[in-house]
Amino acid sequence: MASVKELTRLMKKLEDQLVVCMRCGMCQAVCPVFAQTGREADVARGKLALLDGLMQEMFKDPQGVCERLNRCLLCGSCAANCPSGVSVMEIFLQARAILAGFMGLPPAKKAILRGMLAHPELFDHVMAWGAKFQKIFTREVNDVIGTSCARINSPLIGDRHFRGLAEKPFHRLLPALDTAPAKGRPRAAFFVGCLLDKFFPDIAQAVVAVLQSHAVGIFMPPGQACCGIPAVSAGDTQTFGKLVRHNLALFEAGRFDYLVTACATCTSTIRKVWPMMLREETAALRARVEKMAAKTLDVNQFLVDEVGLLTCDRQKDGEPVAVTYHDPCHLKKSLGVAAQPRAVITANPDYRLIEMPEADACCGMGGSFNLQYYELSAGIGRRKRDNIQASGAVVVATGCPACMLQISDTLSRAGDRVAVRHPVQLYAESLRSKP
Amino acid sequence: MISQSLLEEFQAKVGADNVFSEDTDRLTYSYDAAVLEPVMPGLVVRPATGEALGQVVRLCNQNRIALTVRGAGTNLSGGTIPIAGGVVVVTNALNRIEEINEQDMYAVVQPGVVTAKLAAAVEAKGLFYPPDPGSQAVSTLGGNVAENAGGLRGLKYGVTRDYVMGLQFFDVDGQPIKTGSRTVKCATGYNLTGLMVGSEGTLGVFNKITLKLIPLPQDRKSMVAVFDEMGSASEAVAAIIASHVVPATLEIMDNFTIRAVEDYSHAGLPKEAAALLLIEVDGHPAQVADDAAKVETICRQMGAADIRVAKTAAERDKVWAARRTALSALAKLRPTLVLEDATVPRSRIPAMVKAIQAISARYGLAIGTFGHAGDGNLHPTILTDRRDKAEWKKVEAAITDIFDQALALGGTLSGEHGTGIAKSCYLEKETSPATILYSRRLKAALDPNNILNPGKIIGG
Repeated sequence: MASVKELTRLMKKLEDQLVVCMRCGMCQAVCPVFAQTGREADVARGKLALLDGLMQEMFKDPQGVCERLNRCLLCGSCAANCPSGVSVMEIFLQARAILAGFMGLPPAKKAILRGMLAHPELFDHVMAWGAKFQKIFTREVNDVIGTSCARINSPLIGDRHFRGLAEKPFHRLLPALDTAPAKGRPRAAFFVGCLLDKFFPDIAQAVVAVLQSHAVGIFMPPGQACCGIPAVSAGDTQTFGKLVRHNLALFEAGRFDYLVTACATCTSTIRKVWPMMLREETAALRARVEKMAAKTLDVNQFLVDEVGLLTCDRQKDGEPVAVTYHDPCHLKKSLGVAAQPRAVITANPDYRLIEMPEADACCGMGGSFNLQYYELSAGIGRRKRDNIQASGAVVVATGCPACMLQISDTLSRAGDRVAVRHPVQLYAESLRSKP
Repeated sequence: MISQSLLEEFQAKVGADNVFSEDTDRLTYSYDAAVLEPVMPGLVVRPATGEALGQVVRLCNQNRIALTVRGAGTNLSGGTIPIAGGVVVVTNALNRIEEINEQDMYAVVQPGVVTAKLAAAVEAKGLFYPPDPGSQAVSTLGGNVAENAGGLRGLKYGVTRDYVMGLQFFDVDGQPIKTGSRTVKCATGYNLTGLMVGSEGTLGVFNKITLKLIPLPQDRKSMVAVFDEMGSASEAVAAIIASHVVPATLEIMDNFTIRAVEDYSHAGLPKEAAALLLIEVDGHPAQVADDAAKVETICRQMGAADIRVAKTAAERDKVWAARRTALSALAKLRPTLVLEDATVPRSRIPAMVKAIQAISARYGLAIGTFGHAGDGNLHPTILTDRRDKAEWKKVEAAITDIFDQALALGGTLSGEHGTGIAKSCYLEKETSPATILYSRRLKAALDPNNILNPGKIIGG
């Protein structure tokens, strides 16, 4: 462990950003964790005060600050609602990196991030084994949602209702693509992302089918790695940098106008977190990152704003299915993408969109937050579940596979029979059934 | 220091999960929204029942430990900054709306209910709770009562004080005290309600609050009047009041604030305008039409270059969204923002506006002025960087000058933010030495061990 003096010195680089918080406390109105606990250390103002206190050596408890800093979904609700425009996400990610560097990563996180996530091929292998053996330990609980739970008492699974790993990950179904667009159509690179690849290959297939229907050229290189968000959230900038470089080199080999993802978190990570967290790198690397970030788009936004949706003039026979939409934080609050996924859903005449109350409230997933603070995460999830129920919809769509896992869990545990889908899947259905 | 055995007693009263004793948790209750130094409390407790709240107060008094009640910690005068080593009592677990009585038009709430949540709950029943402080999305009603909070509607609808019908609070021994009633009229006993409103946690601890509700106005109309001079805008405010039209809201914005808001929110405000008045009239449709016409005529007579009336609900929302972003827009310009709220009789608004401009020029400080001109409550907002010691000295001098000017014009140090610790040293200037002495005797009689938020309002 380095000296506290050294920690103070590192924290000083956050000073100009920390001083922007005027302690007005408006973040209390929107923080999903604070809504559950009412504890000041759980809301952005409290966390910023802790970082400020650490920097000014008002107290010495970097471990305690680190723990409280981790009780955060990184959903960005506070930043989106901040009167003074505090760069909350950047401060929190930088601070996590500083504190992890100061104290070292916990052994389990280190093993997962550096031992596995940093090595895409090994990661794929381990997950393939998991897919093979998961059925031994789990049983199906809800056929509409597609969730399972533990057969026996398992500390890892707890009482979660989870979507299992796909039998075959997407990269085994379709390892690579490099197709030319029709005349006047753009080329899109497809960044698949871990959750689509390993849990939801059907969404990835829908993305490819939709892009093909639009005669868009697709560049999808094999050997894609994680976008890096689990690493950078844990403060592991080393693994994060490695993953960014790996993906950059992989994609720079192709020719494309847009980098498209169907995962809200991957999109916002590449667009915003990559440039944000690599500011101290060489000018050359920063330029490459900026270039990639500028090309990155959510698939819904790409379809609506860049290529135009295909309208389906077919008449629907019978009642359309009621669907409601959940705004992933990393789409709406981070990137301002909210209208496009709704347009994608309603492009299919078989569906009727009904808004749920608080559609843009966080679902409580937050990646590793769900693993570390399951009870808190589940509490936030229950509120989302109640709002989905209140809408009366039988399908809930959302543009983020991580939100889909959380929403599946909370609905399944409540015994609801509401299907959880990605907007692109609904759109793909209408294109398939096109006469 | 709080001993282990006392810590355990607190844990027994409120539950171990609701007691925070680690440095790292206590630090997050060392500040509020005022620009003042943080102070570390010795312990933080979060009672979840009224009974536990009373026991906490009693325990503090028995052990001579200072107690500071905290709602959302949005105080702008330091009223919720604790005493070093004292106990912070967080009320946000006492957040139940106990009753909304539609027939008799009142609500009973616990102190930790968020202002905007009550406002929404009563509006759903066709009723209206008018006080709307800027922090209403997070502020608690207990805090509003303790500070006598105001808002944008003070002009016509008054402030929190005008809606408190009764209270149930704990004295320093944790005994329940009842004052006021659910009836419109009540003439029994001392008016302890009046004493407790604005007492900033120095005389007792609220447990239940009975609030008056009124019918929702049927109609409303909003307009923006554009002026070439700050002087003529402020004279228009005085003229509207003098003509005995009472708008629900009558807000002013100077050029500095207009430019900041427009650069930030692109709401379509005229950036070249010297001043804007944002006005809303409400009530019966016939009266709304009448009042709106009158206001428009007066504004034109006083030299308004342009008057824009919102034609749709969306246009109306845009006007008030622009006003609500004023503080945010100013906050983004410099690291530190000092929001003052010196208030003058409404006829003196033009003089106060002039004085603030002179103070800004004298010290070379950026001061944006906006606020509730219609009730005489301006918000001169000083933009600075607290780390710049030389400039901070000027800021302190400017604040003193603003206070002196407000008092010279027959006004008050604070319209709605409270005295707290930020203004306690100036209070004698506004009142008299005998007033301070009287208040201190009152405090000493009701709180002999001086444990209820000591040092606030009257110092000592």
